[in-house]
Amino acid sequence: MGILRMTELLWLIIALPLAGAVILHFFGRFLKEPLSGWLASAAIAGSFAVALVGAIPFLQGGEHGETLLLWAWMPAIGANLEILWDPLSALMALIVTGVGALIHVFAIGYMHGDERFHRFFTNLNLFAASMLTLVLAGNYAMLFLGWELVGLCSYLLIGFWHTLPAPPPAAKKAFVVNRIGDFGLMVGLMIVFTTFGTLSYSGIFESAGAELTTGMATAVGLLFLVGAAGKSAQIPLYVWLPDAMEGPTPVSALIHAATMVTAGVYLIARSAAIYELSTIAQVTVATIGALTAIWAASIALAQRDIKKVLAYSTVSQLGYMFLAVGATAYVAGIFHLMTHAFFKALLFLGAGSVIHAMSDEQDMHKMGGLLKRMPVTAWTMGIATLAIAGIPPLAGFWSKDEILASAFARSGWFSVLWVIGLVTALITAFYMTRQWVMVFLGEPRWEDGADPHEAPRVMTLPLVVLAVLSVIGGLVNTPFRLTLEHFLEPAFEAVTLQHPPEGAFMFILLAGLSVMAGLAGAGAAFLTYRQPTQNWLDFEHGFEPLWGTWERAYRVDDVYGKLIVAPGRKTAEAAAFSVDLPVIDGAVNGVARIVRGLGDWARPLQTGFVRNYGALFLAGTVVVVVWLVMGS
Amino acid sequence: MVDPGWYMALAAALFFIGAVGLLVRRNALIMFMCIELMLNAVNLTLISAGRALNDINGQVAVFFILVVAAAEVVVGLAIIVSIFRLRASASVDELSDMRG
Repeated sequence: MGILRMTELLWLIIALPLAGAVILHFFGRFLKEPLSGWLASAAIAGSFAVALVGAIPFLQGGEHGETLLLWAWMPAIGANLEILWDPLSALMALIVTGVGALIHVFAIGYMHGDERFHRFFTNLNLFAASMLTLVLAGNYAMLFLGWELVGLCSYLLIGFWHTLPAPPPAAKKAFVVNRIGDFGLMVGLMIVFTTFGTLSYSGIFESAGAELTTGMATAVGLLFLVGAAGKSAQIPLYVWLPDAMEGPTPVSALIHAATMVTAGVYLIARSAAIYELSTIAQVTVATIGALTAIWAASIALAQRDIKKVLAYSTVSQLGYMFLAVGATAYVAGIFHLMTHAFFKALLFLGAGSVIHAMSDEQDMHKMGGLLKRMPVTAWTMGIATLAIAGIPPLAGFWSKDEILASAFARSGWFSVLWVIGLVTALITAFYMTRQWVMVFLGEPRWEDGADPHEAPRVMTLPLVVLAVLSVIGGLVNTPFRLTLEHFLEPAFEAVTLQHPPEGAFMFILLAGLSVMAGLAGAGAAFLTYRQPTQNWLDFEHGFEPLWGTWERAYRVDDVYGKLIVAPGRKTAEAAAFSVDLPVIDGAVNGVARIVRGLGDWARPLQTGFVRNYGALFLAGTVVVVVWLVMGS
Repeated sequence: MVDPGWYMALAAALFFIGAVGLLVRRNALIMFMCIELMLNAVNLTLISAGRALNDINGQVAVFFILVVAAAEVVVGLAIIVSIFRLRASASVDELSDMRG
């Protein structure tokens, strides 16, 4: 099955979920409940199959991939509907469709009984199509199209339960904060366009070195970072992600863990040729990533809501990915993107299973002792917890360690970032283990009437699949066998790729340090939270006021509220009531008043008296006659 | 032959009397008579001019005007009679319902 034959069908990857969305939009309500869910799942599974077959040529390594032109929309500026099928986009497509399909299936069980069941899957399929447009794009215009569409779908899905009070503001917040990032991206794209005259990847990356000065490259790199920070929830634009947990849990798993939030990482990885030219941009990306990682991890420590822990954890892990791509260790970053998709999706789906079992309770203080009631969920989440904590030989260890080792190898300022990353790993292991123990072990702290039971098979099966992936997923890129790197090599040929230090000694040293950090964090959390409830409550109180600050996420939302939202609202009110109402409405009303005034002035002419009219008539005739006689 | 100018002067005087009368009088019938007076003044002017220029067209025009005047009187008197039946008064000052 050569790439030549398959290339013609690659458009199906985007078309299948798009068709699913369109069909479900118009006919979804005629389908009985699980059918629309299965249809949506089939669409995305179909995309996975096509992507899998299409990726086969890359497995031998060395294949460069090609561009498939779907529609020449604006060829003059390089904005066409074209698919770039290279190892990077193929891998992203596989992750999106593979994990996406599992989440679709899970959602069939989770959303059971919801009265807008088919609408959910319409939006989910639309999201999948949008995300695939983003990753398969062959030019920045199509990428931007997908970028904006996933933002829209995120808004629709976060605010899915729009009749409740909390989701709509959360959806708005996500959209608005994303928009701020999009502004940066747009300005960056404008600079790119004015420099290269095209938005097509092939036109830009090949001549990047020649056309871009270091200053321009830095500008573009930093502006892309702004966009990526918005979409991938980094400092300072991460504040929408915790709020996004108002959406149904499958949404949190798919969009806010495994796929949409990785778009920023993908953008930077794809634009590697530009970042190659600017050390400042690289360092900034990596620093933002590391700082975000530790900042978010500290917040996750003190959260009570099971989904908020995972939300901040996602922000933190995305920070690791940014650290990687900032250090030009693109393979490491994408590797972590992949493993993170596995275990974070698993964690979110597992949390969904728990929430489902606890009748929508999300406060971990009201859980506990669920291991016996929900063994499959408990054990799969346990595997994911170990994976994210970086315990070998699970997936998270290999990818996280590669990132940390690459940062270490880059040395200089990156050594500081390495330390930050290491400390974050400890904190990560701690808060994830804290979560697992608090939820599944210890004595039950359930509310009265709670009767948790294991989820149905349609929900537990994806959990098991993801658990298996979390275990073996890391083996694709171990220092002993760099399969993934060889796979992705053709995509990063033209740029310098940062690698971990060579040699067994360095590997054991660095890996040992991160494993020790992970074990220390996990062990400490296990020992603390294993104890009776009052003991660990006291432990947490013992850290006040720090604990409270972490729980309130450093009050960043309040700060933003005072600094940005309040002035913004005042400006809007001023514009509405001091400008629009008096000035603009005044002008329009004023015109009407003038017309009425003229009418009032002219009205007395209509006296109704025949003799007045006769007099006027006569006077007018005299004037005309005089005028004619004068001959002028 | 009397100088046609005198006839025109007479016609002008008649026209002026008719115009003033139209403006001053309140009674609709009197106003109509004034209008007729003005029309006939014009007729006189036209005939005099025709005579002065030795052109038959002056008298032709008079024919037209006579016919039109007759038709107009028919319609106008019908309207006035209707109004009179309605209001028992021929004063035009009372017909000011269409004021602005």
